[in-house]
Amino acid sequence: MLANEHDQDKSKAVTNDEGRSGKASAEERVREIKRKKELAKKEAEGEGKQSARSAAEERVRKIKEQKEKEKEAASEGEGGNSARSTAEERVREIKRKKEAAKRASDGDSSEPERKAARSAAEERVREIKRRKEQAKQSGKEGEAEPEKAAGEDDAKARAEARVKELKRKKEEARKAKENGEKASADDAKSGAEARVREIKRKKAEAKKKAAEGGRDSGSEAKSAAQERVREIKRRKAEAKEAGGSGGEKSEKEKKIAAMKAKARAKAAKAKAEKEEEQEPSPNQPLLDKYVKVIGGHLGEEVLEESYINRLAKDVPTLVAKPGTYYKIAEFLRHNEQLAFDYLSDIHGVDYETHMEVYVHLYSLQNRQPVALKVKINRNEPEIESLVPLWKGADWPERESYDLLGIRFKGHPNLTRIMMPDDWVGHPLRKDYEPYDVEV
Amino acid sequence: MHELLMSPPSWLHALIFFVAGAVLLAIVLGFVTYAILADRKVIGYMQLRIGPNRVGGRFGLLQTVADVLKLLMKEDTIPEKADKSLYVIAPAIAFIPAFAVLAVIPFSAHLQFADIGVGLLYYMSVSGITTIGILTGSWASNNKYALIGGMRAVAQMISYEIPLVMSVIGIILMTGSLNLVDIVMEQQQLAFFIMQPLGFIIFIISGIAELSRTPFDLPEAESELVAGYHTEYSGFRWAFFMLSEYVYMFGMAALTTVLFLGGWLPIPGLGFIPGVIWFSLKFMLVVFFLVWLRATFPRLRADQLMEFAWKVLLPAALANIFITAILKELI
Amino acid sequence: MIRTEEMLLNVGPQHPSTHGVFRIVIKIDGETIVEAKPVVGYLHRGTEKLAEDLEYTQIIPYTDRMDYLSAMTNNYVICHAVETMMGLALPERAEYLRVIVMELGRIASHLVWFGTYLLDIGAMSPFLYAFREREVIINLLNEISGGRLTFNYMRIGGVKWDAPEGWIDKVREFIPYMREQLSGYHDLVSGNEIFTTRVKGVGTYTKEDALSYSLSGANLRCTGVKWDLRKDEPYSIYDRFDFDVPVQQKGDAWSRYRCRMGEIEESLKILEQAVEQFPEGDFAKRPRVIKPPKGETYVRIESPRGEIGCYIASEGKKEPYRLKFRRPSFYNLQILPQLLKGANMANLVAILGAIDIVLGEVDG
Repeated sequence: MLANEHDQDKSKAVTNDEGRSGKASAEERVREIKRKKELAKKEAEGEGKQSARSAAEERVRKIKEQKEKEKEAASEGEGGNSARSTAEERVREIKRKKEAAKRASDGDSSEPERKAARSAAEERVREIKRRKEQAKQSGKEGEAEPEKAAGEDDAKARAEARVKELKRKKEEARKAKENGEKASADDAKSGAEARVREIKRKKAEAKKKAAEGGRDSGSEAKSAAQERVREIKRRKAEAKEAGGSGGEKSEKEKKIAAMKAKARAKAAKAKAEKEEEQEPSPNQPLLDKYVKVIGGHLGEEVLEESYINRLAKDVPTLVAKPGTYYKIAEFLRHNEQLAFDYLSDIHGVDYETHMEVYVHLYSLQNRQPVALKVKINRNEPEIESLVPLWKGADWPERESYDLLGIRFKGHPNLTRIMMPDDWVGHPLRKDYEPYDVEV
Repeated sequence: MHELLMSPPSWLHALIFFVAGAVLLAIVLGFVTYAILADRKVIGYMQLRIGPNRVGGRFGLLQTVADVLKLLMKEDTIPEKADKSLYVIAPAIAFIPAFAVLAVIPFSAHLQFADIGVGLLYYMSVSGITTIGILTGSWASNNKYALIGGMRAVAQMISYEIPLVMSVIGIILMTGSLNLVDIVMEQQQLAFFIMQPLGFIIFIISGIAELSRTPFDLPEAESELVAGYHTEYSGFRWAFFMLSEYVYMFGMAALTTVLFLGGWLPIPGLGFIPGVIWFSLKFMLVVFFLVWLRATFPRLRADQLMEFAWKVLLPAALANIFITAILKELI
Repeated sequence: MIRTEEMLLNVGPQHPSTHGVFRIVIKIDGETIVEAKPVVGYLHRGTEKLAEDLEYTQIIPYTDRMDYLSAMTNNYVICHAVETMMGLALPERAEYLRVIVMELGRIASHLVWFGTYLLDIGAMSPFLYAFREREVIINLLNEISGGRLTFNYMRIGGVKWDAPEGWIDKVREFIPYMREQLSGYHDLVSGNEIFTTRVKGVGTYTKEDALSYSLSGANLRCTGVKWDLRKDEPYSIYDRFDFDVPVQQKGDAWSRYRCRMGEIEESLKILEQAVEQFPEGDFAKRPRVIKPPKGETYVRIESPRGEIGCYIASEGKKEPYRLKFRRPSFYNLQILPQLLKGANMANLVAILGAIDIVLGEVDG
């Protein structure tokens, strides 16, 4: 019942999207998702299945992400002034993905990048697993087929259907979805949106294939998974190629290529000389030393990435995984070869896909700098506090909590520091909306 | 004046005393007015400023008058949570002794209100009452800064009263009297600040502490305690506290002149200048010295202040008594 | 036995000695501080948030308002960060102008600290003497930038204006004048017994504490750590000058006082050399488009209060994606609760003042 109502609201919201500003509808959607999430939680609790709840939460988050993507698409569809920036955004994202793919495929051949590739692959395998589960769910209900056939399925509607489905697993879900589909069919006027949906569909296809592959293999061995990942990548690429013949794809790619070229040209212009001496950075030995020492004591896989940040006076930069962040920080602090006894800065950055905590350390003993970074989940930004290691991290971490909402586990007094205690929201987040009771 | 005191009481006497008292009050208030102005002017010049220069001509001669008028016209605020009766009475308790001590100061050989035998003792003991006024005011204000300021004031005044009294015992030994006129007359050959250098230094230091002036202005340390014991006071009540402070400055400067600088006695060879002029010259020198210190010194800390009183000044004062006694025996 | 009761005292945000709108809630037992809890944020203006919608050049005036006592170093740090990202090389004259105004600003800032600190301690006159000298500097900076406090003088790629005619000579004349006045300060204050007893052994911390709390500037150097970014991570043209880094060992307020007074002398030395070497040429080579490449940077320089850093995450646009200032006062103030615990109430201002905070910077 409830779900049906929601769905009608939902489809209304979707149709309204065209006319209305993207922001308002996005808010609407976010609120709805929250409501659904709660419902799902309740449902899961009712069934007494802890694991089911967590899985549901996982899926809801996934759906949220998809919705965000869609939001971007919607804003593009309006053709408003933000269109260009979102396009840029998308181009960048695609670029990132491509790079990741390249890294993954190169993993075997190039020695130094293997580690990063492996971790990336692992990440992807995990994602595939998740997707497999989703596919299973939807497959059970026979949802996948019509979706494919329709070819212009609205990602949001689908997602919602899935939420409902896990909530009730009843026929209502399908009805609701059909409603949604109808609504989305109306929406299909806008070319841009269609294009986005096209891409999404292709992605979904690839996903499904991946799911199939996953089901076939049955085993969870890492090497096998990697194999699968590569396979999926290939298939995805094929699918993309196929889509490219449709015209939009190739246009998009062209755009991407042009952007890339432009960016490269700019970079080249900015530091024409630097380009020549790109390879031997004066701090490269330092970075090698850090990585070696850390690798030797904590294992090779604790670091997600390590590179020289040429834009920041060649500071060696280590990217930790959320799970190993504290361990690395502790090691950097106490290891006598590293002995980073001075914390110069710690703050968070909200990259809309994730949160990042940036820590700049300095060893007064060895006179060496290092930057430690960690990427954390944006929706649940939580990371260990560094106060036990450097007391000076106290207030800056409070500031990060106050302005970005990053929670530091183990912080002695994690309260707001700049804003009043009753402030609503975290102002430095990119999705921050000023809250005012008067309005 | 002395005969008046000895003669049987009558209404005429009461009237005379009242008028005389009023005249003295006017003189003292006049002094306070210009002492404040001098304070501001001197410090101003020392600090690269020019001080008051608008009201009353180029030198700001009426500045203090204007300030006092402003204070009198101000709204009389009493904090809601204050102990009202004590809050009201405290400025009076603080001010009355300040004025009462002036009765025994001989301004010249003839100009004195009460030539009593224990003049010095009277001054010391009556001035102690002001402490109670300050404590009352600070407590009644129901303000934490005021309370801390009041506590500091009491601790400081009690501590410094002891070396202050001890330092003049040397003089009493040499004079053999507590009468202030006797003490002045004893300095006809040589002023006591030469004969009692240690006593003089201790007396000046303790005196400044008693006055709560820089570097001993802890009770009103504005950088820590906002304004000390009179934080909550405003208008004429606040003016009373200020007044008592400046009247004490008057009193202490006068007492120093009498005890150590030879009072109205002239420098040998310059006897044609009247005693009152000599008195005021010496007196002004002391006041200037106090202002000078204020412009120069930082503030001591409470514990250092106490340490200084008990560990340095008191032993030194005792030693001074001892030395004086021995010297007196030998000569 | 006397039963005593602790008292909660709220110092600030309006209090004569908190140097702005700083508030500290202290629990006192008699005159001993049992616990201190600083409360900041009263002057938070959201510079970092505002900057996300501003072009890089437009951000510069906002930095003036952070550490308003030495706005030149703030100007510099943002320009330096962008220039580092874009790989810009500055004309010689621009570098010299920057160094000269920054060092003048450093002296002015230390003079304000000197004056207000003594005012906290209870001496009024040094404050006015220090402001007399500061006025000379402010006038010099006013002449070159058009502002007395918020200069907005530096630009990405150089400075806004060249030095007016005769300005360099005025700076040259200022140096011996300042030296003379400085010796006057030492006569009046540094040898004063009351002052030294007030500050010696007050607010002491160890080298380890200082490092752990991320203190910087004189607050770090007073514990014996010889660390000055001008020397140790030379930026601009500081490696061309011959100067010392004053270091003290005790870690108390007196050491901090000595460090800062020493820094004035060292700044004068730098000024002397910079004025001598002052070259001809362009005062700016400003790029037409200011779009740092995608990526992030973090630079840090030595401000009068310590290490001021600037982090920029760029998406290759005219505006920064994220801007973050590492504000030295903010970090330095963190040690205050530890210093105040167990201290005498009268030491509150002596300790707070010695840290040398500017609230505009603490609150960002």
